[in-house]
Amino acid sequence: MLVVVGMRVVVGVLMVGCAGRGIHPGILSGARQAATVPGVVPRTLPGSGVISHTGRMYGNDVIDPNEPLNAAEQAAAEGTDDGVASLSPAGRREQAATDLAAFDALIAADQRIEPRDAMPEKYRQTLIRQIAQHAHSEIIGMQPEGNWITRAPSLRRKAILIAKVQDEAGHGLYLYSAAETLGIDRQELLERLHDGKQRYSSIFNYPTLTWADNGAIGWLVDGAAIMNQVPLCRCSYGPYARAMIRVCKEESFHQRQGFEILWTLMRGTESQQAMAQDAANRWWWPALAMFGPPDTGDAAAGPTSGSHTEQSMAWGIKRFANDELRQKFVDMTVPQAQKLGLTLPDPDLRWNEERGHWDFGQVDWDEFWRVLRGDGPCNAERIAHRRRAHDDGAWVREAANAHAAKAQTRARESAA
Amino acid sequence: MSEGSTRISDGSPTPTTPAERSWPLWEVFVRGKRGLSHVHVGSLHAPDAEMALRNGRDVYTRRQEGVSLWVVRADDITASSPDEKDSFFDPAADKIYRHPTFYDVPDDVEYL
Repeated sequence: MLVVVGMRVVVGVLMVGCAGRGIHPGILSGARQAATVPGVVPRTLPGSGVISHTGRMYGNDVIDPNEPLNAAEQAAAEGTDDGVASLSPAGRREQAATDLAAFDALIAADQRIEPRDAMPEKYRQTLIRQIAQHAHSEIIGMQPEGNWITRAPSLRRKAILIAKVQDEAGHGLYLYSAAETLGIDRQELLERLHDGKQRYSSIFNYPTLTWADNGAIGWLVDGAAIMNQVPLCRCSYGPYARAMIRVCKEESFHQRQGFEILWTLMRGTESQQAMAQDAANRWWWPALAMFGPPDTGDAAAGPTSGSHTEQSMAWGIKRFANDELRQKFVDMTVPQAQKLGLTLPDPDLRWNEERGHWDFGQVDWDEFWRVLRGDGPCNAERIAHRRRAHDDGAWVREAANAHAAKAQTRARESAA
Repeated sequence: MSEGSTRISDGSPTPTTPAERSWPLWEVFVRGKRGLSHVHVGSLHAPDAEMALRNGRDVYTRRQEGVSLWVVRADDITASSPDEKDSFFDPAADKIYRHPTFYDVPDDVEYL
């Protein structure tokens, strides 16, 4: 279903300069160049030799002119010549083994898997689950902030917030689109969300109590999301990676606008500063929990950890361990908090000269699992709201169907 | 279509409310700017071409990513199959003389 119908808001003036910059300098590395404007093919003349391997876009790998020109030269060089044609039934099993070998070879070469390539069923299922959960998180994530659209403190803030919430809907749609390439209908995914069979990020089960929460969400939640998502731009599954490139570009606007909200509050009155501090207090730990349970140790025991992470890493779906990303996030965020003048609610937070990283305390994993399993402040409300929005939109979908059917009938009649 | 044809339930009769699943899948292509080809960016569901175009605009060009948009019914796209990749594309393999690097020429000749 298309949630963005009729929501288009013109805020171009406010967003000038947001699209191309502001993505985290430290973590983007290779993916940075990939995040160019969709549809824009890097303009480089053949043979000029300046194309880098990171200049990928939507899976169209630009080929280094110094590499063998095509399969012909490659095959000639390797002495391979497989003229595989139609196969006997006995050869099918061999074909399956060949398919798997081809998949493994692509993964080993850090190439992308594309929708109609042969892939292990578990790879497909893992991706469906992960992409769907991600898509669900985007559209459920519209709610905590959507809650503040009517109460935004200025027209500027309101226009920005609408644009941001619309972006979240868009991100959900990019991701449902990617999931569908794996052979599942997005309607089915929505039903699984509505029925509680698939989850969304547990961060969205926390309420937005004050205006400052919109700042904390943009700064911390979107900041953590970017940290998680940037490596996904290099995910082995092409459509997912391409969707993530778009998402990451847009998230950097979200994070900056969140920071700006807090920056403004922290330079305001005492009660505005207190409001910002309160928001930071409430969102800091849930944001750290967004990276998932620890990869090792007692708290690692959980439905999504251990061998699952290992397998995802081997398949190139996941690129970094949870703890690694969490540390990066803390290291990135602490100086920002200092700049804002906010105190992060962790007595164990201190610079570790030896490690060259910030030490920090333990996330309350019991709470994490509790909220994930449904016992958070807003779980029931979020799903109820989502179902209601979907049901309330039924007449729009029916009307669109009726209109399409009528137009088709008319076209047929006028042709006859 | 390469990114759509593996889906299982779109367009086919389903036991649930027909209105929920009957919208066809459209593949969306965006021309980033004048002088460039349209590039595939993703897909969406819509009841007709006009809605597909409008929603394609909202989903894929919120930040001036395009100056022109195509939407194509996924069902109307015929794609080569990865299974026959070798037999389909290999005929090009024995014609390496089509590439400029095939030819031996003296190193000291300019503009060649």
